[in-house]
Amino acid sequence: MSSDSTGNTLNGWYELFSRGSRDWLRHSEKIREAVREHLPQIVTGSDIINDGSRTVRVPVRMLEHYRFRLLSDGESQGVGQGKAKPGDVLGQASPASGPGQKGAGGKERGGTELMLEFKVDEVIDWLWDDLKLPNLQPRVGATEESEWKREGWDRRGARSRLDRRRSLKESVKRRALEPDSPAFTDEDLRYRQLTRRRQPALRAAVFFLLDVSGSMSERDRQLAKTFFFWVAAGLRREYKALDIVFVAHTTDAWEFSEADFFKVTGSGGTVASAGLAKAREIMQARFDPSTCNVYLFYASDGDNASDDRSPAGQELESIAKAVRYAGYVEISAGARGSESETMQLFQAAAEAGLPCSRFSITGPDDVSAAVRHFFTAESQAAAEGGQPGASP
Amino acid sequence: MNRRWTDHVPQIEELARKLGLDWNPVIFEAVPDSFMTEIAVYGLPVRMPHWSFGARYIYQLLQRHMGYSRLFEVVFPGNPGRAYLASSNGLADNVLVTAHVLGHADFSKNNLLFRRCQEQGSAQIIEHAASHARQIEQDIESHGFNAVEQVLDAALSLEQYVDLDQPLRRQPFPEYQPDAPLPAEDAFRARFATLDAKGEALAQPRKIRAPLPPHPERDLLWFIATYGPEMENWERDIFLAVRDESFYFYPVFATQIMNEGWASYWHARLLREADFIPQGVYLDAIKCHSDVVRPVATGEQVALAINPYHLGFTLWEEIVKKSGIESARQVMREDDDFSFLRNHLTREIADEMGLFRYRRQQNGPVKVVAADIDELQESLLLEKYNFGAPRVSVTEVRNDGTLVLQHDNQLDGRGLDADRARKVLEYVKRIWRRPVLLKTVDAAANAIELSADSAAAA
Repeated sequence: MSSDSTGNTLNGWYELFSRGSRDWLRHSEKIREAVREHLPQIVTGSDIINDGSRTVRVPVRMLEHYRFRLLSDGESQGVGQGKAKPGDVLGQASPASGPGQKGAGGKERGGTELMLEFKVDEVIDWLWDDLKLPNLQPRVGATEESEWKREGWDRRGARSRLDRRRSLKESVKRRALEPDSPAFTDEDLRYRQLTRRRQPALRAAVFFLLDVSGSMSERDRQLAKTFFFWVAAGLRREYKALDIVFVAHTTDAWEFSEADFFKVTGSGGTVASAGLAKAREIMQARFDPSTCNVYLFYASDGDNASDDRSPAGQELESIAKAVRYAGYVEISAGARGSESETMQLFQAAAEAGLPCSRFSITGPDDVSAAVRHFFTAESQAAAEGGQPGASP
Repeated sequence: MNRRWTDHVPQIEELARKLGLDWNPVIFEAVPDSFMTEIAVYGLPVRMPHWSFGARYIYQLLQRHMGYSRLFEVVFPGNPGRAYLASSNGLADNVLVTAHVLGHADFSKNNLLFRRCQEQGSAQIIEHAASHARQIEQDIESHGFNAVEQVLDAALSLEQYVDLDQPLRRQPFPEYQPDAPLPAEDAFRARFATLDAKGEALAQPRKIRAPLPPHPERDLLWFIATYGPEMENWERDIFLAVRDESFYFYPVFATQIMNEGWASYWHARLLREADFIPQGVYLDAIKCHSDVVRPVATGEQVALAINPYHLGFTLWEEIVKKSGIESARQVMREDDDFSFLRNHLTREIADEMGLFRYRRQQNGPVKVVAADIDELQESLLLEKYNFGAPRVSVTEVRNDGTLVLQHDNQLDGRGLDADRARKVLEYVKRIWRRPVLLKTVDAAANAIELSADSAAAA
């Protein structure tokens, strides 16, 4: 709008700059800082896996700028207006019942809730802050990475790689010799060149093994999948040459694509050895542990069939010997009286000096702690030393 | 009918002058709605940046979005005064608003409370606030955003703690206690003076350092700015800038009902007597007027709030009817909301308006309680005491620099919300840079001492 009803031209800056928006942005920034401290809730507080969006929505309250206030004794008083006599009980009359009332809104500002959207990448930034795969070793194998690197200059090249600084230098040099020549000629132009460089690869394969047997409730499965989701998202960002293998098992085991894995449900008994065997088969077929860093993460409620104890133990042992690290996430509703079957398996393996660690998730708030547990320096040390991981 | 509202301004002004209004010239300016919203949020057209304004801004936008509030104008007193009009106002709106603004301008030139604060400098509040904002922008440049924000967190949370009875440029307390008055020269003194020299040494007046503060001090912004043991000068300036703006805000706050009522009375009267306004515009303007001063509840409705425009307007109509315009002008000059309501809100008017007092337990039903007129008045004024803030003053600065604040729970009737108070102490401590204590009482009326450090435990 350039003129108002008076015909005067409005001072332009009113519309160019909004102080309100500037201070609102600062407020949002402060909220984000505050929310970051509640990472566990963000990590689990949404249907991120199913809806496939790349954002997480978190309800937050507006920040309060604190002032001295009198203690509230739970009773408020005030003056109202309208048809009422002493002794009347007005129920929950809304203070803003008058239509079109100016600024008499009864909602307290502190109670306004906002939905803040966080990008998944942003959350991974916080969650994966200095986390990495434990015990990763460079292995020169069949797959070497090759990468385009910048190297040298040439007189020909793509326009986008024109090096202006160099070109200008050439022009200056040339004009020093021939003072009356034009500012630029084609001869002056220099382009950056690219060459292919082969690099030894840091190759890694990560196995996600999920127990989808009948004993895993919907909630348990959701927790396990949330854990896998954030691990996969984080690993994918940190490591370029990374294969993730998704395996689910009941009494039998199947490999899934990533999309199917996060939707898989199942029923029936629990035979951990079936899942472990499937993982071992895939490992042997596709990922040679001598050229590849292999990891296994297994999520289960721990109720393994008791007659499966020794087959599962053997499978675990053979896997644990080949992999860099094997992690077990136990999903349980609460503390249990004794260690579960699967927990005992991993504990035995860890005590035998194999790189195994375990963590137990009892609720949504533990998911981010679990991620941190498996990918921090301590767990790496534990894995290298073959010491049992921190007891949950 | 392509007339502009500005064509009517000289006519309205002439009529207003004839009717006895007395105001400093006002500069009218039409601004976009977004700018009006910001004026409402910041209280001033240009003001220092702070995130808390951002939260209020969004809240205000939501309100506007939902059609709760519509701003027609904001007036800033001064010579000349400035009036900002929403550019979305229609012709009739603006005719009404012009008359309304003249009422405000008359009020702010003549009301004693306004005059006192304007003599202190708030007559140029727009320029002051803009220069504060500019100074703070420069502080951000040189000291960093976070350092400045920390100071503003503290200063703005103590915004209401100023002493209007002190000058804006207030001098520090005297460092020493005043000398004891010399004893009268009488025969005894004359004889005493002739005694040995020791006596003379005793008679030398001794300087005694005055305690700090010499009395409980409620001007917290000034006190911290003046006595902060390790504050940088730019930090002190920010505290004083916030205090300067509070000197402007106080009269606006403490005369809201009177001031809006007075302006509404005058826009109604000017409109009534302005025969030069075309019929159609007049009708639209009258409709706009009745929207502004309408009671919150009409007919059989009940509302738990009152419209201050309606209350003020009704009282002024009554005063003019009963005792004439001259004595109304005298009330306008001398009163603030406290004396205005206590002197002029009578039982009859309250009944006619359907005012009632209510109580409500948390999440419970609202009960209408019997209230005599005094209780009704006090209930209306309850939120207005002490700039709407609990009474907190500095009572002591200990040898280690600890700042001791005392809440007057006797006068306020109960203690402070401890969690919030701790957060405020945290803000203050970052600037005072020494421990900060606050004495108040808890819910069971036991004396408690709060400090910023105890916040972690809570």
